[in-house]
Amino acid sequence: MSCMVDVAIVGGGPAGLAAALAAKEAKPEAKVLVIERDKKLGGILRQCIHNGFGLHYFGEELTGPEYAQRFIDRVEKTDIEVWTDTMVLDVSQKREITCVNTELGLQKVEAGAVVLAMGCRERTRGALNIPGTRPAGVYTAGCAQRLVNMEGFMPGKEIVILGSGDIGLIMARRMTWEGAKVKLVAEIMPYSSGLNRNIVQCLVDNDIPLKFNHTVTAVNGRERVESVTVSEVDPATRRPIPGTEETIPCDTLLLSVGLIPENELSLAAGIQMDRVTSGAVVDETRQTSVPGVFACGNVLHVHDLVDNVSAEATLAGAAAARYAIDGPKATEWYAVKAENGVRYTAPQKLSKGASGKAELFFRVGNPVKNAAVEARCGDKVLARRKKNIMTPGEMEKIEIDLAEVQGEVVVTLV
Amino acid sequence: METREMTCIICPMGCALRVTRDGDTITVTGNTCKRGEKYGIQEMTMPMRTVTTSVTCRGGDRPLVSVKTKDQVPKEKIAEVLEACREASVQAPVRVGDVILADAAGAGSDVVATCNADAV
Ligand SMILES: Cc1cc2nc3c(=O)[nH]c(=O)nc-3n(C[C@H](O)[C@H](O)[C@H](O)COP(=O)(O)OP(=O)(O)OC[C@H]3O[C@@H](n4cnc5c(N)ncnc54)[C@H](O)[C@@H]3O)c2cc1C
Ligand code: SF4
Repeated sequence: MSCMVDVAIVGGGPAGLAAALAAKEAKPEAKVLVIERDKKLGGILRQCIHNGFGLHYFGEELTGPEYAQRFIDRVEKTDIEVWTDTMVLDVSQKREITCVNTELGLQKVEAGAVVLAMGCRERTRGALNIPGTRPAGVYTAGCAQRLVNMEGFMPGKEIVILGSGDIGLIMARRMTWEGAKVKLVAEIMPYSSGLNRNIVQCLVDNDIPLKFNHTVTAVNGRERVESVTVSEVDPATRRPIPGTEETIPCDTLLLSVGLIPENELSLAAGIQMDRVTSGAVVDETRQTSVPGVFACGNVLHVHDLVDNVSAEATLAGAAAARYAIDGPKATEWYAVKAENGVRYTAPQKLSKGASGKAELFFRVGNPVKNAAVEARCGDKVLARRKKNIMTPGEMEKIEIDLAEVQGEVVVTLV
Repeated sequence: METREMTCIICPMGCALRVTRDGDTITVTGNTCKRGEKYGIQEMTMPMRTVTTSVTCRGGDRPLVSVKTKDQVPKEKIAEVLEACREASVQAPVRVGDVILADAAGAGSDVVATCNADAV
């Protein structure tokens, strides 16, 4: 079977939903389709039952499912078509989508524009190379989150968590509240990439110890995890220091060691990728190197605030609808470079001749205090922002006026 | 006199606060701005938290319904609120905002649903 739409969106998480709504708003006549592999819309937010979402976007504090539901309710009020339980297998350079659905079998969709919004997945133990046996009881924190919050299944009773990013911290509290004992959160870096609020309300509130410069160096046990070995690392090399090993009895190890954008489809489509973000290289409208194919949300770069995901997806969705209805616009671009402590920017390029404001998202490589960031074009300073503190865990942004961009733009700490 | 060390969570600076209570006077040091003082005093006198957890769902398209306390509750009441939620169950259909437990555990807030569940 084959069908034609103006805008096809791959992924029905917060990015896909906001993109769909923005596409509809920009071009009400456009035929918009959202394709989601899960049975329900909402993406990863469905399992993030804690609060802290939406402060920027809605001006109130919501839980993940509530935040998602607001977008789902809006989508249901429109004529946006939604296919759930449908997995996208391929996106071609000509914007032909191949997907499979248990009811209808293989489907082809020809789209005027495509928005990639597949989100990200967690790094697993395989990607980490922890030595030791391979017993049961090792989960990614997100997998445990799904089991506990959606299926009501507790993965274990005595827990060690590796990684102090927000998902690890949130799960430390969640497991404690469900009656488990979280014995330690080990963090290989000298700082946490998680929010202070989560360190205080998830760990300190529950007397859970957090050790910086520590990592798990072995997992012990035959059938089931019986203990893990934790070692101190040298902050300079991040290598374990011999003689610092400590064995902690536990039945479960949770890994919260980072997210990777889910980009198999993008790679297969031949989209140019950014080695730092592991996402596509995009311009200010979030168009990738393949004309008419856009990307937004965690598939583009890992976001810590879903509010930013929604804002970014709004840009991508609107631009996709304009591309599908009005045809291509930009044909030449200026590069955006990250320098001097700035690890990456998104977008990585800007359309020549564009106008209006654009926000350049970026992350720093290491925590810096009392610093300023500048966006420059040649000798001209386009924007400058002072910040008391910037940390790698928090995405920052700087706004520029596109009309002032006459060449390559550099984003740098000063 | 009682002194507590804590991290201010109001902004990413994460100032290390030292909060001292001497009779009725509470002094906060280590804060960079006023908001830190307010936070320190609140934490010393009456720390409040939002509780999020889940409740068993009967006859629905999912085994659990996620819930939260509509308002913040005193920190020392968290365990009781969690216990009340563990014992509770709800019949589908459920809509976001439905009251699952009124004034749960007498902690001063309703527990409300944060997701939808359809009846099956
Ligand atoms: C485990 C975990 C916990 C998180 N916790 C928080 C948190 O507490 N707070 C916070 O602000 N952020 C959190 N995040 C970040 C969060 O992912 C983002 O804020 C936001 O959900 C990203 O939205 P998205 O739409 O880009 O991705 P997602 O929410 O991941 O949505 C992507 C959607 O695309 C679908 N999809 C993927 N591939 C295909 C395909 N081939 N065909 C069809 N559909 C497909 C997926 O099923 C999914 O529904 C968490 C992330 C993870 C992984
Ligand atoms: S005291 Fe002020 S500056 Fe310091 S963390 Fe609190 S809010 Fe931020």
